Amino acid sequence: MDIFLQQIINGLVLGSIYALVALGYTMVYGIINLINFAHGEVLMVGAMVSWTVITLIGPGTLPGVLLLLIALAVAMGVCMVLNVAIERLAYRPLRDAPRLAPLITAMGVSLLLQTLAMILWKPGYKPYPTLLPNQVFHVGGAVITFTQVAILGVTALTLAGLMLLIHRSRLGRAMRATAENPRVAALMGVRPDTVIAATFAIGAALAALAGVMVASNYGSVQHAMGFLPGLKAFTAAVFGGIGNLPGAMVGGLLLGLIESLGAGYIGPLTGGVLGSHYQDIFAFIVLILVLTLRPQGLLGERVADRA
Amino acid sequence: MPLTAWASRLLPADPARRRLAVFLGSALLLLVLPLVAQGFGNAWVRILDTALLYVLLALGLNIVVGYAGLLDLGYVAFYAVGAYMFALLASPHLFETFPAIAALLPNGLHTPIWLVLPLGAALAALAGVMLGAPVLRLRGDYLAIVTLGFGEIIRVFMNNLDAPLNLTNGPKGLSGIDPLRVFGLNLGRPLELGGYTLSSVTLYYYLFLLMAVLSVIVCVRLEKSRIGRAWMAMREDEIAAKAMGLNVRNLKLLAFGMGATFGGVAGVLFAAFQGFVSPESFSLHESVLIVAMVVLGGLGHLPGVVVGAVLLAALPEVLRYVAGPLQALTGGRLDAAILRQLMVALAMIGIMLLRPRGLWPAPEHGQPAPPRPDPAALPPVAAKPGSPP
Repeated sequence: MDIFLQQIINGLVLGSIYALVALGYTMVYGIINLINFAHGEVLMVGAMVSWTVITLIGPGTLPGVLLLLIALAVAMGVCMVLNVAIERLAYRPLRDAPRLAPLITAMGVSLLLQTLAMILWKPGYKPYPTLLPNQVFHVGGAVITFTQVAILGVTALTLAGLMLLIHRSRLGRAMRATAENPRVAALMGVRPDTVIAATFAIGAALAALAGVMVASNYGSVQHAMGFLPGLKAFTAAVFGGIGNLPGAMVGGLLLGLIESLGAGYIGPLTGGVLGSHYQDIFAFIVLILVLTLRPQGLLGERVADRA
Repeated sequence: MPLTAWASRLLPADPARRRLAVFLGSALLLLVLPLVAQGFGNAWVRILDTALLYVLLALGLNIVVGYAGLLDLGYVAFYAVGAYMFALLASPHLFETFPAIAALLPNGLHTPIWLVLPLGAALAALAGVMLGAPVLRLRGDYLAIVTLGFGEIIRVFMNNLDAPLNLTNGPKGLSGIDPLRVFGLNLGRPLELGGYTLSSVTLYYYLFLLMAVLSVIVCVRLEKSRIGRAWMAMREDEIAAKAMGLNVRNLKLLAFGMGATFGGVAGVLFAAFQGFVSPESFSLHESVLIVAMVVLGGLGHLPGVVVGAVLLAALPEVLRYVAGPLQALTGGRLDAAILRQLMVALAMIGIMLLRPRGLWPAPEHGQPAPPRPDPAALPPVAAKPGSPP
């Protein structure tokens, strides 16, 4: 029973990180129908930049929480600028090109960011300092670290804030209008280019936040760390119904739970033939099942014929 | 362009004879190339070999992506299927791991090429159909991401199938794979021919060249066949193709299967050539690289695909020789592998931005619609009220 609870907690932490990244995917896909393959790499850049800031200032010179917040702010800023630049240089010129072209540039950008990260930060794992209190809570036999509590709390707040932004602000309304139909939105006085840039900026900020969370949770960073979370977050976005914001959140959380429970129980269930290192296949199995059984995702309405 | 003008003066004027001259010239060039390269060291021939392997892979993927329009990002999985199959059937691994097999075959497993090549092709084709079947309804981006996931699943299995049953030897990979033997000729050893030594890599070159030429012939025939044209119709408009009575489901499965076959054969050749396979050779990067070759060269256009494959496979290898000083200059940050990746990434972005249809696109692409029939020949349309007479 305590294993079950522990896996639920781990799954929720994992899932909230996926949810943050999935939102970036789903917003971009909702507006310009592009799988932004480089989104996972934005997460990586966020983690790397925050690592650099922390190492430059030096852990211990400032209170941990403050240092983490400064690093987070810098990482978010860098990622926002980066993502807007990527959109401007690699995606916008191809908005009317055949569908394959922006997909290829997106893969190119993903590869480019990884390569640049290798050049800038050198390959290999780098330890990420623990800046939050090392405190541990016991919940009915399961253990939850302070970092995990923080991840859950910050994610919940961020998601709430984002929903407010999307549903209450002018920008949010412009984003929804553009997602619905860019031409009509333009006729209504919305500037699609600005809205798209803003979408990329918001997505990047969320990805940077997720990157810092991943780095704090696992205690290390490296140049390829964004790839799998990126892929899984896309899976989460599809799972929930791509283009649908609450769907991305639900999809992210569910995927995290599935992975965590799958990794925890695959060993006993298969009599030890398959172990927890098969964790990474669950996301793809979920993806294949969802796309074949319910291509519009859990909360999506539109049929995925446009894909 | 003075160079092309100069070249064309060398060639006969008659188009048929000109084509023959170009054909014979390139055939001669391809045959002599490794002999010349061998003089500069086997590393150069090895680059040519790798380029030919990538040509094979790119031709296979071109069937799936270029002809049938199905974006497959897990293509490297079929390459892996072929490579691992040969590695298992021609290395001491199974023999050493399983006493039952050792008892059955006391001399170890040395499966001949004539059995392994068709088997690798068939197994990869089966894997292709198995991938195709559950994703028949998907197109475009969704298909891309699912096939990518499929490739990752295969990689997870390659990495982890070393326990409790040691099948793939996990991340350590399989080594000690037999070299290929063709009609009693061991390609793994240098061949003495009248005082002239052909190195092992050169022998492999000729085998790979043969396979590449065969593949090109198959692809050309396929492109012009009913199946090829049906694929292209499906690529352009699936619904229209279905309405015209094409069996879209079978066409898709056939495309996945045939593309995978090429991948499987290339995998067998790769395993024999390297003598070693490990999951590292079949990462997503490899898939992306092959997709990049096909797309950069010119989707669905054979000369373009071949050029794309050779360019992306050979150029970074050549850069390796530039990388030494560059590495020293940048304090070890920019080595050959990183430089290669940087180049591939920049090429993917740059070429898409400058030439979204590839470096050497198929001529039919982007052709204007057929001219409208002469309006005078059409029955008159009733004039709208208010329109000028």
